[in-house]
Amino acid sequence: MFPNKATVEALEDAAHMAEVQGRSLWGDARERFFKNRAAVVSLVVLICIAAFGFLGEFVAQWERDFVDFSLMGANATQGVPSFETGHYFGTDASGRDLFARVVQGTRISLMVGVVGALVAVVVGTLYGATAGYFGGRIDGIMMRTVDVLMSIPFMFVLILMLVIFGRSLFMLFLGIGLISWLDMARIARGQTLTIKNKEFVEVAFATGVHPLKIILRHIVPNLLGIVIVYATLLVPSMIIFESFISFLGLGVQEPNTSLGALISEGNKNVGNGTPWQLAFPLFFFVITIFAFFFVGDGLRDALDPKDR
Amino acid sequence: MTAYIIRRLAVAIPTLLILVILSFVLMYAAPGGPFNSERPLPPAVLANIEAKYGLDQPFWKQIVNYVVGVVTQFDFGPSFQYKDRSVNDIIAQGFPVTLTYGFWSFVVAVGVGVSLGVAAAIKQNSWLDYLAVGISVGAQVLPNFVLAPLLVIVFTLWLDWLPGGGWNGGAWQNMVMPVIALSTSYMASIARITRSSMLEVLNTNFIRTAKAKGLPMRRVIWKHALKPTMLPVISYLGPAFVGMITGSVVVDLIFSTGGIGQFFVNSAFNRDYSVIMGITILVGSLTILFNLVVDILYAWIDPKIRY
Amino acid sequence: MSLLEIDNMRVTFTTADGDVNAVNGVSFGIDAGETLAIVGESGSGKSQTAFAAMGLLAKNGRATGTARFDGTDLLTMSQTQINRIRSKEIAMIFQDPMTSLNPYIRISEQMAEVLMLHNGLSKTDAIAESVKMLDAVKIPDARNRIRSFPHEFSGGMRQRIMIAMSLLCQPRLLIADEPTTALDVTVQAQIMQLLGEIRDDFGTAIILITHDLGVVAGFCDRTLVLYGGQIMEDGPTQALFDNPSHPYTRGLLKAVPRLDRAEAELLTIAGEPPDMSRLPQGCPFSPRCAQVQNTCPSLRPELQAFGSERRRACLLPVEEVA
Repeated sequence: MFPNKATVEALEDAAHMAEVQGRSLWGDARERFFKNRAAVVSLVVLICIAAFGFLGEFVAQWERDFVDFSLMGANATQGVPSFETGHYFGTDASGRDLFARVVQGTRISLMVGVVGALVAVVVGTLYGATAGYFGGRIDGIMMRTVDVLMSIPFMFVLILMLVIFGRSLFMLFLGIGLISWLDMARIARGQTLTIKNKEFVEVAFATGVHPLKIILRHIVPNLLGIVIVYATLLVPSMIIFESFISFLGLGVQEPNTSLGALISEGNKNVGNGTPWQLAFPLFFFVITIFAFFFVGDGLRDALDPKDR
Repeated sequence: MTAYIIRRLAVAIPTLLILVILSFVLMYAAPGGPFNSERPLPPAVLANIEAKYGLDQPFWKQIVNYVVGVVTQFDFGPSFQYKDRSVNDIIAQGFPVTLTYGFWSFVVAVGVGVSLGVAAAIKQNSWLDYLAVGISVGAQVLPNFVLAPLLVIVFTLWLDWLPGGGWNGGAWQNMVMPVIALSTSYMASIARITRSSMLEVLNTNFIRTAKAKGLPMRRVIWKHALKPTMLPVISYLGPAFVGMITGSVVVDLIFSTGGIGQFFVNSAFNRDYSVIMGITILVGSLTILFNLVVDILYAWIDPKIRY
Repeated sequence: MSLLEIDNMRVTFTTADGDVNAVNGVSFGIDAGETLAIVGESGSGKSQTAFAAMGLLAKNGRATGTARFDGTDLLTMSQTQINRIRSKEIAMIFQDPMTSLNPYIRISEQMAEVLMLHNGLSKTDAIAESVKMLDAVKIPDARNRIRSFPHEFSGGMRQRIMIAMSLLCQPRLLIADEPTTALDVTVQAQIMQLLGEIRDDFGTAIILITHDLGVVAGFCDRTLVLYGGQIMEDGPTQALFDNPSHPYTRGLLKAVPRLDRAEAELLTIAGEPPDMSRLPQGCPFSPRCAQVQNTCPSLRPELQAFGSERRRACLLPVEEVA
């Protein structure tokens, strides 16, 4: 039986439709993301904050660890933010330039956030993908371990570690990263379970591809969307986390600083008539967190349209 | 149900043991003992002190002693810093305070969060919904260590309505700010989870069935939608509990409420290992216990779990 | 007067990608005790027509036109008024029995609340009544099993429970939305048999929404064929099956695999179901129609009566449909 003209046309129509729908997933996602005004604005804000953190040093008039002894004790009157003195954000209680310190604090907080999230995401994805791929008893044991670890209040263990092994940035990175991979592992496992049964994975398995290669080549790339979304949402949590530790005085140590440490210092000096010491770090902290959350939300909506 | 509880217990107890052993190993691995101070003690004195605290015994004996002490008598040993007080004394002093404002924070977070979330979901896109969404977005960027100083600035320094710190035997004026500082971000998260969970449940087929039966909306929500809505909220209670316990450290620091958080931070700076360990284990056991309660609650709501 | 008379019903969903017109001017009626099949592919608007009449559209959907039940329009009723009709006068059973019962509540509660609400029964009486109804739909050991949760039953059993629940108040109209789609073939037959018994025993009018023509043939008095949210043709089932008057119906009937004819291949209707947000100006079926005319894509055919109690919407004369 030969298809008649109308059928052919109908098929061509269908093929045309399929082509329209077949635009790449990422292209679609990009378009949706850029339609989301809050996310785009937040992305611009984030770029500005990053520029501030990494390039602000060139604008600063003072070194961040230069102590202006003439201002000590007279901070409330002499250390007021002003363009004339070059202390754009004023000075802190030790007479140091707050602008330079906020620049450094922002940079360190961003770095801790990004590196912490990266560690968490890499460890979590690999762990979750492995558990999900092998399934059965291996999966049971691996996820039970995650359950067990999740029910331990890690902030206390991390503080214990910081006390015992000394307070260093490395310890902080390690501790934060090691704690936060648990959620990612769960998410990655759940996704892997659905991907595992797709044809391309079954084909790879049937043709004898090594499991490790299947996980890295076929499963992890398909987790990428959700991983990116989760990582973006994890960065602000990491920043909050680090700020918490620094707020307690156990995180980043002097003369280095982070937004959390600056907020803590500002808080201690609230009664001394130097509100700028709290206001500037707080401002940068809040907009950074805000921007990351909105970008993360935008990415989630863009990559997972069914969730709208 | 009993079998289910027993199975959860079978997980909880090893978790607790792991926590105890982990803390002990970390402490044992610490470079420098707690009595290595700036001015070295005479070796004989040091040996005496170490013998008193049992530090001269081999590792395995120390750990067994410690674990047995903790498990059988809930005895965390003496404090290394406050020579005349045991860890138990310190916990007995600080824990009731933490427990009191922690309890109220939890009640506020769950009570207000769930009500706000349900209301927002039912009146989707109304001012109430926008308020709930606004609060939950705002609270995300105001963690307790940011919110607490702001509260002090507003209510103590500007308005002079509330005392800026102290416990005062748990007077309500002293409790207001700690509870707000501790509960707000969890309240916001619970509101957000409740809202999206309720919206999802309202779209399910069984809610459509309930409507098709002619039930009034009130009954559809309370009888049919609320239970499944609460499931993700209940799953979040465990992490929220951990977060609140952690947050209590900040509350204790900023409001000088005198809870265990304050002792914890002091000990962290003074390398008072036994106190840190004691508090870590206490908090860990509470968390594990709480998670057990959460699991049971979950199974009680979801009949598919009790098998 | 018809029991339910739907006139010029339109259903539109507002989505982020524009409006989707799921139902486009559908009119039909059903008499007391009658059995009507609404047939069409998925997305043809058959379920949404029923949901609209019951006021069960999703939040982003609106319905226009009228749906008169006993003369009163369901679409303009207050929430309280329509709640009094739901289940009491018009009951509905759904496609997926696995998800249509509330998994967190015992069957006893879910059934009893209907009787307590509509008939003012006490809980004990309501449960006793529910057990009777479960017996009627042949749930074994209903007295004890009524205390179970939905997940403790198989799919077929759950659909029986759904049916029992919908019949509690002895409604005059039962709308069955693809009641057998999610079930095994043998269970399908049992459920259809059960529905037949109900029709005979209670005199309930039934609207059977389905895409399965095999189910329709032996069961329904009349059949209505929907495509793209519009009626293609309707009429007495026997006549419609023997002599389809619309190319689409013809295509559907050809696509039913038959054992009694040795044909080399399964016949299908070429092309995809229509995109409901971009329907052609004319006949919605024209892009896929094997007998498409020049005027079809631009001129919308009216639904016209012909023969005995039949209607069709096609520009092609009846005799030429092949």
